[in-house]
Amino acid sequence: MAVGQSQKLELPENVVVSKLDELANWCRKNSLWPMPFATACCGIELMATGASKHDLARFGAEVFRFSPRQCDLMIVAGRVVMKMLPVLQRIWLQMHEPKWCISMGACASTGGVFDTYAVVQGIDRFIPVDMYVPGCPPRPEQLIQAIIDLQDKIQREGTITGREFDTAERQRRKRALVEQSLPITIDASRNPVIQRELADTIQHG
Amino acid sequence: MPSIPPPVMPHQPTPVNDVLEALAAQFGPLETSVFRDETRVVVPALKSFEVFRALKARGFDLLVDVSCVDYLEYKGAKHRYGLVYLLASTTTNQRLTIRVFVDDPDPTVRSVVPLWEGANWLEREVWDLFGIRFEGHPDLRRLVMPEQFTAHPLRKDYPLQGRGERHNFPVLTRDDG
Amino acid sequence: MAIATNEFDSATGGPDGARSEDYLWTLNFGPQHPATHTTLRLVLKLEGERVVDAMPEMGYLHSGFEKIGEHLTFNQYVTVTDRMNYISPMANNVAWHHAVEKLLGIDLTPRCKYIRTIIAELARISDHLLCNGAVGLDTGAFTFFLYAFYQREVIYDIFETLCGARFTNSYTRVGGVSQDFTPLVIEKIRTFVKTFPKTLDDMERLLTRNRIFVDRTKGVGVLTKEEALNRSATGPVARASGVTRDLRRDEPYLAYEDFQFQICCASAGDCYARYLVRMQEMRESLKIVAQALENLPAGAVNVGIDQRTALPTKKQVYSTIEGTISHFELSMSNRGFEVPNEETYGAIEAPNGELGFYIVGDGNETAYRARCRPPSVLHFALFPHLIRGHTLSDVVAVLGSLNIIAAELDR
Repeated sequence: MAVGQSQKLELPENVVVSKLDELANWCRKNSLWPMPFATACCGIELMATGASKHDLARFGAEVFRFSPRQCDLMIVAGRVVMKMLPVLQRIWLQMHEPKWCISMGACASTGGVFDTYAVVQGIDRFIPVDMYVPGCPPRPEQLIQAIIDLQDKIQREGTITGREFDTAERQRRKRALVEQSLPITIDASRNPVIQRELADTIQHG
Repeated sequence: MPSIPPPVMPHQPTPVNDVLEALAAQFGPLETSVFRDETRVVVPALKSFEVFRALKARGFDLLVDVSCVDYLEYKGAKHRYGLVYLLASTTTNQRLTIRVFVDDPDPTVRSVVPLWEGANWLEREVWDLFGIRFEGHPDLRRLVMPEQFTAHPLRKDYPLQGRGERHNFPVLTRDDG
Repeated sequence: MAIATNEFDSATGGPDGARSEDYLWTLNFGPQHPATHTTLRLVLKLEGERVVDAMPEMGYLHSGFEKIGEHLTFNQYVTVTDRMNYISPMANNVAWHHAVEKLLGIDLTPRCKYIRTIIAELARISDHLLCNGAVGLDTGAFTFFLYAFYQREVIYDIFETLCGARFTNSYTRVGGVSQDFTPLVIEKIRTFVKTFPKTLDDMERLLTRNRIFVDRTKGVGVLTKEEALNRSATGPVARASGVTRDLRRDEPYLAYEDFQFQICCASAGDCYARYLVRMQEMRESLKIVAQALENLPAGAVNVGIDQRTALPTKKQVYSTIEGTISHFELSMSNRGFEVPNEETYGAIEAPNGELGFYIVGDGNETAYRARCRPPSVLHFALFPHLIRGHTLSDVVAVLGSLNIIAAELDR
């Protein structure tokens, strides 16, 4: 074969050529092991999604392991209150990479109907979230659609080494922490991360 | 198999006039009112434990609820906190509501835990959310709010959205994993 | 059940001078654990496998429901009551509006009473299915749990046909309900009444005489009658200990006076008795639903427009002046219905126990104070008393049989 001539490669039938990233993504997306962080009513719809009528096992996500060391998808179903948030953060930190988070329901996404002194107004203020499922509670079909969309996202953006989690885009928090409109005073001096964010906002306008 | 009692015709709750008469005889005249077939008796805070002891001896064996109302913004209120004790008797099917009024500063009432053990957590919750101290309570600490919380949230001068406590947590990003 | 005597005498010490207290260890159970029914926490002090003491801790789902009640109108707050005992939200709706209508002095139409009775009993069946299903799941019977969940899906289907939501329905309104029964709903309930007893028999065949289940639950978590009354237990937990108090019979509300049904009680007070009481109560509820469905009165479902509480029908709004005025009075935010400056307590027999609301009215449509009397708080406080002396594996069975719903617990 001379240099400069292209030759079509003839492959036998039992050989597949692909990128390593795509193979890893395909494996990971089809065997997501959810960690159900079920706190309230959405937890019942989560159980119903795993039950026999809307079977979540069809999508490979049947194994609801309750140990964070064994899971890669955390589904936060239900409202998270101040007392529970450190627990949520500790469990998120205990999960191994690559890990994803689905915020199921209105309460986990934004605080829902509970704009009160005790409920965290959206878990994405405190942990990184990949997929939001609206609804109060969302129907099981909506949760299944969210898992399918997450599978698409993993297939599109995933890498075998988890490089996609290092991008600056991901790092930047998507929501402002400090609600400028409400007349409340936050004891921000105790929280160095808020201080940093405030400094950023003031600097970049 | 569970033993099922023979079917009985439903009966209505029994009136409490005899109980009120006995209370008046023992403790002097007490302010009583009736609203929608529910009888409420106002008991002064200093006599509350004796009244409850007498009521328990009369057969009010079920303490249904202990709660509190903050009358700060109520028109025509004379005291700030109104404790509400709902009692019921399973033997005579009577219900009675006891109201005890306390005021700032340092609202205190004697605890009824020695009489009904069920009051233990109910009084802890009133302490947590309203700040009313119960003397003689074996374990008075916060029940629903975190231990570090300083305010009493259900008081009328505490705002619904809180004072920023719910935002005051560290933020985890992807590089903290 | 006595604690097994330890070979180390605590006074003299064992071979290497260790005392029995040194062998006590603390286990943190929750708040994130599959067997804690959502977020509650138990700190267990164990001596080997035996539980010496349990310190329960709650508040991991406290959302300020009672404070929200001071900012929402009576018809808006029913959406929040749905989220309390979310296993049987219809019962919470019925309880809230029962208390509100008691405060306002509204008498419902007969059709409304029957409809609310039917949905309250369907909610009771749904709750007991999940409670027993969870007990089964926690003790290892997964098939039982799936059977129970499938039947709950049938009930969800009925509720969805009725008002559009599977659960968290917010179905009742002041003076009535939001939608009337349609013939399709009645047909579905009739089918459910016909097919449910067979499934219940199948489920009973799985667990009731199952040697493993009986051994795990009989004699475990015994609650005596005196303790049940002293600690304010109500509902199936109290009835399984011999307290024969059921508000459907003692203080009849809605249409319970018209039906023949029995109150289910037991005397043993252990987990097995609570399981049996709930199974039998499901059958009794089904009887009530069947009777109510066949005798459903015709007529209006909401109270009349002269009461100025329930929204009039569109036909009334467009064709009568009374209807138009009523609609205007109710929809404008600075008007609304008359609320007396009084306070009252209204309770119903919810599936979990006595669920009551203490409402203080102050003249406007928003309650001044809406206190919820939650049965779960008192049942969770019972827990340390029940578990002393049992093993770690019994903790799950006892916790499941008490049917503690975290949202009702913490509000």
